Amino acid sequence: MKAFITHFVFDLKVGLRDKTLLLMNYLLPLGFYVMMGLVMTKINPGFAENLVQAMTVFTILAGTALGMPNIIVSGRELGIFRSYKINGVPAISILGIPALSGIIHALIVTTIIVITGPLFFGGIMPKNLLGFLIVFFAMAIAATGLALLIGVISKDSRMTVLWSQLLFLPSMLIGGLMMPSNILPASVSFFAKLLPSTYAMSAFKSLAYDQPADYNVGGSLAVLFAGGLVSFLLALYLFKWDNNDVSKFKKSALALLALLPYLVGAIFL
Amino acid sequence: MKQTAVLIKNFVKKYGDFTAVDDLNIEVKQGEIFGLLGPNGAGKTSTLECLEGLRTPTMGEIDILGVNPAKDGGELKNTIGVQLQSSGLPASITPHEAINLFSAYHNIKPNYSLLKKLDLVEKQNTEYCMLSGGQQRRLSLIMAILHNPPVIILDEPTSGLDVRSRAALHGIMLGLKSKGTTIIIATHDMAEAEKLADRVAVLLKGKVVALGTPKELTASGSNISRISIRTTLNCLVGTTEFKDLEPDPVNQEYFMLFSKEPGADVIKILDYIKYKHDELIDLRIERPSLEERFLELINPI
Repeated sequence: MKAFITHFVFDLKVGLRDKTLLLMNYLLPLGFYVMMGLVMTKINPGFAENLVQAMTVFTILAGTALGMPNIIVSGRELGIFRSYKINGVPAISILGIPALSGIIHALIVTTIIVITGPLFFGGIMPKNLLGFLIVFFAMAIAATGLALLIGVISKDSRMTVLWSQLLFLPSMLIGGLMMPSNILPASVSFFAKLLPSTYAMSAFKSLAYDQPADYNVGGSLAVLFAGGLVSFLLALYLFKWDNNDVSKFKKSALALLALLPYLVGAIFL
Repeated sequence: MKQTAVLIKNFVKKYGDFTAVDDLNIEVKQGEIFGLLGPNGAGKTSTLECLEGLRTPTMGEIDILGVNPAKDGGELKNTIGVQLQSSGLPASITPHEAINLFSAYHNIKPNYSLLKKLDLVEKQNTEYCMLSGGQQRRLSLIMAILHNPPVIILDEPTSGLDVRSRAALHGIMLGLKSKGTTIIIATHDMAEAEKLADRVAVLLKGKVVALGTPKELTASGSNISRISIRTTLNCLVGTTEFKDLEPDPVNQEYFMLFSKEPGADVIKILDYIKYKHDELIDLRIERPSLEERFLELINPI
């Protein structure tokens, strides 16, 4: 346990010290939040209602989908994981610690957004903070699981960009951040429901703001938690200590199983 | 008699149809420095990776002080210390943090005195990526010896280091050996192997082609010594007394002779110089080095 805590504290510090992680965890989400708060709320005043929850989801996506996969790839490429294995660091720590610290960083930025959004940009303070936190953690767990899986299956950092953008861009466009999911055409709506952000934005409405949700709240949370769990277990199973482990790369198609909870959600919710 | 620290028996490592290591048999005694030599692709890395528990042997047995690296990962981490060829540390970790982190995983008290011993005290709060190559290698060595393992595996430990850093690392290795630590060192640096290793194995295409002390290996080769001579009057110019005597192409003032019997030939040359009323300025007899023997082994004529 002491080793886990020492490693976790070190990883938290790296999130602030490493320029790329600092950008993804703090500068990008806060910069984008300020820009959206200043510009978007003027262009579309209705956006202010969604500002806090949309920027929370953006923060989680930036820290996980854009920041986390490269940690896994570079750790493997630079022999860091080999060194960890030799010194008895378990795979669950290698995946679990960046996940936990990523969630902490996202929570810090989210706290800033929740406090300053209503003060400076006309955003709305969540009516139910506990509900807000439950959805935050559900979304963070889901996105972290997918980000770890992307890192594990990507052979190099170029592939992480491709896979990460497959999660990040659709989430931005049709995941409920920029426009409500319920105005999307049915065919697009189905694809939107393959994205964690769609369920998170819907659940925020009900649990944090006492508004009617687009999809069943319990179902949405179940999809997010199940999605996170399945992704994490798959990442653990497909985890490789180095790039020479070709047999695991051959099994990368198994990663598609991570979409299963979202597929179930898309069909039944 | 010293106990066996590392036993590699009938070890085979295959990747698909390619055999990287073919029936390797090596026994390393406790407190020995054992050199693993060979050109690229000889099977050194595969052997080391199986010793380190990073890969599983296709066939055969590997035993490190009673620990099977493929099965006993938990015990292995306390039995061996490894300095990897690649960095092996996160770019933003500081030496102080690295000692904290790895000590925690080994469940030991952090030993910061190693920073002083390896001249890294002033850099203890500098990020790994900001350290020089020599400092990075020294930090990697600290990680390998932090938990006082009885067996240390070093992969190209002095690669890219300057002379001072190399000498410092050699001193540390010899210090560890004097305390009874067994060291397996893979290196391309023949001078290093000759200086440090008690025994060396030369691997070629996955097989051991030579095994013994550096002296045994050099003696088992062509065993031709090089005699270099320089005289005041250059009396050796144009002489036909000595069949293979020729000017040194690199250092024109010297003559050189390759000899299997350097003692007898030196006496003959000295007699000839005396007969010609010349004076000897310099005489050198160089035994074949491990490097020359290594080249003979990997490029047989």
